[in-house]
Amino acid sequence: MFRNVAELVEMAESEGIQISEVMIRQEMEVKERTREEVFGQMERNLDVMEKAVEDGLKGVKSHSGLTGGDAVLIQEYMKNNNPLSGDILLDAVSKAVATNEVNAAMGTICATPTAGSAGCVPGTLFAVKNKLNPTREQMVRYLFTSGAFGFVVANNASISGAAGGCQAEVGSAAGMAAAAIVEMAGGTPSQSAEAMAITLKNMLGLVCDPVAGLVEVPCVKRNAMGASNAVVAADMALAGVTSRIPCDEVIDAMYKIGQTMPVALRETAQGGLAATPTGRELEAKVYGISLKKE
Amino acid sequence: MKFKSVFDIMGPVMIGPSSSHTAGAARIGRAARNLFGREPKWAEIHLYGSFARTYKGHGTDVAIVGGLLDYDTHDTRIRNALDTAKQKGIKIRFHEEDSHTDHPNTARIRIGDDDGDLELVGISIGGGMAEITELNGFELRLSGGHPAVLLIHNDRYGAIASVTAILARHEINIGHMEVSRKQEGQQALMVIEVDQNIDESILQELERADHILQVAKIVD
Repeated sequence: MFRNVAELVEMAESEGIQISEVMIRQEMEVKERTREEVFGQMERNLDVMEKAVEDGLKGVKSHSGLTGGDAVLIQEYMKNNNPLSGDILLDAVSKAVATNEVNAAMGTICATPTAGSAGCVPGTLFAVKNKLNPTREQMVRYLFTSGAFGFVVANNASISGAAGGCQAEVGSAAGMAAAAIVEMAGGTPSQSAEAMAITLKNMLGLVCDPVAGLVEVPCVKRNAMGASNAVVAADMALAGVTSRIPCDEVIDAMYKIGQTMPVALRETAQGGLAATPTGRELEAKVYGISLKKE
Repeated sequence: MKFKSVFDIMGPVMIGPSSSHTAGAARIGRAARNLFGREPKWAEIHLYGSFARTYKGHGTDVAIVGGLLDYDTHDTRIRNALDTAKQKGIKIRFHEEDSHTDHPNTARIRIGDDDGDLELVGISIGGGMAEITELNGFELRLSGGHPAVLLIHNDRYGAIASVTAILARHEINIGHMEVSRKQEGQQALMVIEVDQNIDESILQELERADHILQVAKIVD
């Protein structure tokens, strides 16, 4: 079993296999399941993600009315204009938003690693797909590579907003996505680790401050930016840029930052954007009362 | 290591919006249903902490009732669970509690019908994982991560041995086990987390074992 990113990369490179293959083999061994079973379960997760993106791009609205419809806006803009940030980036953004809008509207999603951060991995996958033309198997492998890096974060730090802030949720999800993009684009295992490190470094300190405690504002747009962060970091790693701070140390820094983060900024709807005048106003509209602690 | 499977990270497949407030809540409701063994006629649901404050926005109420109807976290019928329960004539009441609990996402569920009732306390610990901390007044610690069997039994010697012998014969490995009782020599509760799913015939065999009064199981 790999305990950290360094061991994960070492296992892949010494055996000349991909990160996704290390994860598949470990899952088979730990759970005593066949390759077909493990692969099949992940493929079903892929089907769920694909359907969620499709639904989101048709336009959905959440029960509270706080979110919905932005994925459609972005897609229409892309069709009718020449986006400044480029097609792949904006496509990833719209599909991440689509996933989280479906989540907010009580649709079916796959938590990657959580429901609130479910947009980054599928958003980037279904965007880079159009450029890299992967096989179905490579798309499933994308999810195993994401899972391998998420596995390290979950065991050595945290993937919970209540424990570590948004950096632990969207930060982890974006880093996982960056590492998976690198593998799909033909990069090395160590380049995947660099992409994860570069992404996570730039999401350190991000707090979890959802308006009215709901997984909507700012979660949907945080997934959008997490996805774009992942695509850019993957390109940087593929260009040969490395992180001066090794991936495992970045993950450890994220953990320690989470531990020192005030409770008001860890999924309690007591601080940050949740505590802004507009945040409080929206909260009062949703519940008919304010959640503010006197 | 807390997380052992890649599917703990890439999953679960679930109805949104929150792994803790929706998926975890559904699992608590379903645990109650599993342990009760049949569809209840009424339910009194007490919500504490963050559950009490945000349940309407997160669909925590809908999710718990979905669980009571035996829906899994990814079952789209969850969305209409309140209406379905109403149509079935199940009387459900929610209570928003102010009192402090150890965990921010706590629910106390009492369900029953003409033949009996059951009360449990569940907490949602994040990422869609839930734990049962109390059952009919017995304290316990039960994660939803493994299949488990719960047995109410007479507090007598030999009760535990007879149960573990049956599990051993069916090559079922015990991962975690605890026993609690309210008073010496009275009723006790055995909680056994296992690595393999336990089928109906084994449950029936357990029910017939010495000193065993009632058996229920929780699926993975």
